[in-house]
Amino acid sequence: MNKKNILTVQNVVWAAILLAALLATPHFLKFYHQDLLIYLTINVLVVCSYRLVTLTGEWSLIHAVMMGVGAYTASLLFIHFGLDMWFTLPFAGGAAALIAALLCFPLLRMTQFYFLIGSFAAGEAIRLTWIEFVGVFGGTGGLRGVEAPILWGIDFIDPIPYYYLSLFIVSVCLFILYRIENSRVGLTLHAIHWKAPLAESVGVNAWRYRALAFIVGSFFVGLAGGLKVHYLGSVSPNQMGIGFMVFILIWVIVGGYNKFYGPIIGVIVLTVFDESIRTFEVLRPAIYGAVLILSVLFLPLGLESIPGRLRSWFGVGSTPHEPPLTDQ
Amino acid sequence: MAILEIKNVTKQFGGLTALNDVSFQVEEGEIRGLIGPNGAGKSTMFKNIAGFYTPTSGNIVYRGENIEGKPPHTISEMGIVRTFQETTLFQEMTVFENALVGSHIKGRTDIFSAVLGLDQKKQEAASEKVMEVLDFMGLSDRKDQYASELPLGSQRALALSIALVSEPKIMLMDEPFAGMNPEETNHMMDLTRKVQESGITLVLVEHDMKAVMGLCHHLTVLNFGVVLAQGTPEDIRNNEKVIEAYLGGA
Repeated sequence: MNKKNILTVQNVVWAAILLAALLATPHFLKFYHQDLLIYLTINVLVVCSYRLVTLTGEWSLIHAVMMGVGAYTASLLFIHFGLDMWFTLPFAGGAAALIAALLCFPLLRMTQFYFLIGSFAAGEAIRLTWIEFVGVFGGTGGLRGVEAPILWGIDFIDPIPYYYLSLFIVSVCLFILYRIENSRVGLTLHAIHWKAPLAESVGVNAWRYRALAFIVGSFFVGLAGGLKVHYLGSVSPNQMGIGFMVFILIWVIVGGYNKFYGPIIGVIVLTVFDESIRTFEVLRPAIYGAVLILSVLFLPLGLESIPGRLRSWFGVGSTPHEPPLTDQ
Repeated sequence: MAILEIKNVTKQFGGLTALNDVSFQVEEGEIRGLIGPNGAGKSTMFKNIAGFYTPTSGNIVYRGENIEGKPPHTISEMGIVRTFQETTLFQEMTVFENALVGSHIKGRTDIFSAVLGLDQKKQEAASEKVMEVLDFMGLSDRKDQYASELPLGSQRALALSIALVSEPKIMLMDEPFAGMNPEETNHMMDLTRKVQESGITLVLVEHDMKAVMGLCHHLTVLNFGVVLAQGTPEDIRNNEKVIEAYLGGA
């Protein structure tokens, strides 16, 4: 929709600096932190795909499990058929999308709070399947022995090549998600969020668009799950439970869900913050909790809204428009 | 020829009969008023036509086709578009974006074309249509403002624009004049006439008698869910049953 030319000299320079920073980062980090950097990169895709689901105003609690669906699919394909990551990733996304498509029929009959609880229940059902069908999914221990691919003599088990690989894949996915949000499809999703009956009165099939957002969001998080398991090497039911889901919610809410880049800021800032208070081992949960409460209290629109607030405090430029928080 | 026929429509909510055997016809190109005291069933009638409710019995025939019970998005796709009571808009979007949502039927696209930009021609056509309608409604100067920042009159004009962009054959307007001052009412009446002159059939639910009498070609009066009277504004004005319903019988 936006007709602004984004290829200005200034933007190109900024993009180049950002790219250089992203490429250089792992070289300044210790081995352990390089691992974290990879997971962070993948989590960026997790929160951005979640944002697509939330665009219609429906918050689900099944996103973490969908990531697990991708991870399990990739693992099973690798273990039983010896498929490399290049081939397992599309299936990982596809399997999550397929399950999401099937779940649309029961889940999207509900909205709001009921959808939230319904999606949680559906997710738990999937997780219990992993735990109970030990022969296929390995029970509580999950599946292990998944390996990263080797291509042109590059062994992607090393963190730096794997980081570059995930950076590339995640960037492509983010580009696609961004394009969707800024297309007519994104406009329609927003419209359904703010006033579904009005959208329907001009021909929008709200159910189909809710389903579309849910399926596409699940596809990308499934792909993220596949990407993660090929580096981590294993997947277990507890890894993809409500605990991780809560982290996704926190990242999105603290970062701010009104803008595309809000959740990205959220996941990056909180991950770095989490690492930086590692030395206060005992106090860590308390500090973390305090920061969350403070940010929700004082920054309801998320970290993303800070620059706009600073500008309006110091009277520089115009006050940015902040949409009201209420739905109706 | 009647473009819309309501045939013996009854709508019950549990034990409550909101509409009881209501029949009337809307001629193509006219402005039809649907009036009556509060609780007469006017809005319920609208919701039945627009697909938000399904009639308990009876038929709604649009151009010879039964449409009762079809979902709202299908009915709007067939050319019947409703506007809402008060100001129902996408408050958090700009005027332009609001109207753009209205072009959904012609501008909709699949996700692959959206990502690859294959739908650019279609979207440009949609934007042109939107600008044309905003010009028509006198809103083009405000196209980048947020809907929530508009004064009441412009908000109503925008609600009308969203419906117009979808290129309807029939527009169902639910109390477009409510809460307006005389100046805004006059402006809205002009806009409504302009819409009718562009070839769109209008059905109007309204309490503002000045607007109703000034605009409508025919009126249907509902009272307690039944049709009390039908006719030209002149007939209705002099109809004793109607006067009684409004002022209370002796």
